[in-house]
Amino acid sequence: MRLTLRETLLAFRRAPLLSALSVMTIAFSLFSLGLFVLVAVNIRDALQQVEERVEIRAYVADGTPVEALAAALGDIGSFPEVARADGISQEEALERARAELGEFRDVFDAAFLPASIEVRLKPGFRDPETVGAVAARIRTYPFVDDVRFGEEWVRKLYNIRNLATAAGIILGVAFAAVAIIIIGATIRMAVLARGREISIMRLVGATDGFIRRPFLLEGLAKGVLGGILALALTYFAHSLISRTLVATRFFDERIILAGVAFGALIGLLGSAVSVGRHLRRV
Amino acid sequence: MIRFMHVSKEYARGGLALDDVSFHIAKGEFAFLTGPSGAGKSTILKLVYMEEFPTEGDVRVAGVHAGTIRRGEIAQLRRKLGVVFQDFRLLEERTAAQNIAFALEVTDAPRANIATKVSRLLTQVGLSSKANALPRELSGGEQQRVAIARALVNDPFVLIADEPTGNLDDRATRGVFQLLRDINAAGTAVLMATHNLELVRRSDYRVIEINRGQLVYDSAEAAADAAVDRSTPA
Repeated sequence: MRLTLRETLLAFRRAPLLSALSVMTIAFSLFSLGLFVLVAVNIRDALQQVEERVEIRAYVADGTPVEALAAALGDIGSFPEVARADGISQEEALERARAELGEFRDVFDAAFLPASIEVRLKPGFRDPETVGAVAARIRTYPFVDDVRFGEEWVRKLYNIRNLATAAGIILGVAFAAVAIIIIGATIRMAVLARGREISIMRLVGATDGFIRRPFLLEGLAKGVLGGILALALTYFAHSLISRTLVATRFFDERIILAGVAFGALIGLLGSAVSVGRHLRRV
Repeated sequence: MIRFMHVSKEYARGGLALDDVSFHIAKGEFAFLTGPSGAGKSTILKLVYMEEFPTEGDVRVAGVHAGTIRRGEIAQLRRKLGVVFQDFRLLEERTAAQNIAFALEVTDAPRANIATKVSRLLTQVGLSSKANALPRELSGGEQQRVAIARALVNDPFVLIADEPTGNLDDRATRGVFQLLRDINAAGTAVLMATHNLELVRRSDYRVIEINRGQLVYDSAEAAADAAVDRSTPA
């Protein structure tokens, strides 16, 4: 193991330019992937914020007994899809309308606005079908006059979300594939540069596993270094965008760790494939 | 020790390199492999250290058959034989001592013995004062001595030499050849491919001559009764 470590360090020291080049290549391919993920994460965030505003509003008939309303609120609140159900009295409705409408505040009086039940749904239950189904169930209460949930808007939002997810997956896979191919080529170059060494090792009776080890470690190290460098670049880009264009959220620890692990993994896989091919050929 | 039985070798793109070659090298023997360039000498050597495998027939080296050896066993076999080439094949960025130590390190030799063993080998090949020289600081003859020392690290039973003096002047050639004789005298078999007929003529070692992939002359067979020789067990 000590020898493997020494050989790996030697490889870096002997070919500093080639090593730096491969780390940079890995870093930039992961950087483009990182930028893409950054955009994807922030789009998802934005959509989530919009989604949280999906609500169902049930208008209650005048003169509904308070007890019936309270019972209905408890009932609806315990639906598996429902995050919370709030009762809005006529007075509260008026308050809100006045606050929202500003200069037109005086055109309303309390009797004009009906009391209502405001229902917010749990994440994962905000697709058009579920929203529609919950609305239909609420509609069955005899004192409910009307139920509104912006059907058209929910449908559009849902479509955008699906589109964003699909585009994210396809582009993400494409970016990752490009990164893997480039990194594989880089490591292949490093392996080819040491073809002589490999052939001598084989000649004096080194086992394939032994020959492979320093290359795998080298690939792993390059992948990790590239991953860290890519993160630094992405962070720099993120702070630049946040300062000048639009405030964005950076990755959480999970994605950061996953990014570095991804770098390590393709570094490892890239060298495994290149060395394997080379060993078969020499 | 080394036995070729009706060996033919055909390369996918190079055509027929060996055609029905049979011979046997005994323990501790010194044999020349001669013949013009492209006759098949290197192919024979590659078959011995199992970089190539016969298309037909069988090659048996130290009890293992080319036909049945597993990939993992090739490394073990190579530790039992030493190989040197015309172009030395040293690692340019490592010193003479490091080149020799490298062969021990990559074969998982116990670390404690490496330094002692390397210095003993350097002394054996007459280079104890050049331990820290890089290959480019050494003459051709000296580089080949380093390569020979490296080939001897695991006390091989046979030293395979592919034109070891091909790149050397007369004086260096004589020196390297004498070293090979000394190694042979100490009990290691030597199989040396060469087209330096001067060397061959000056010594009375066995000569196996190859031409166009066929064995055309074997001094051992010429001297002894061919039938008796063939029945000798490996």
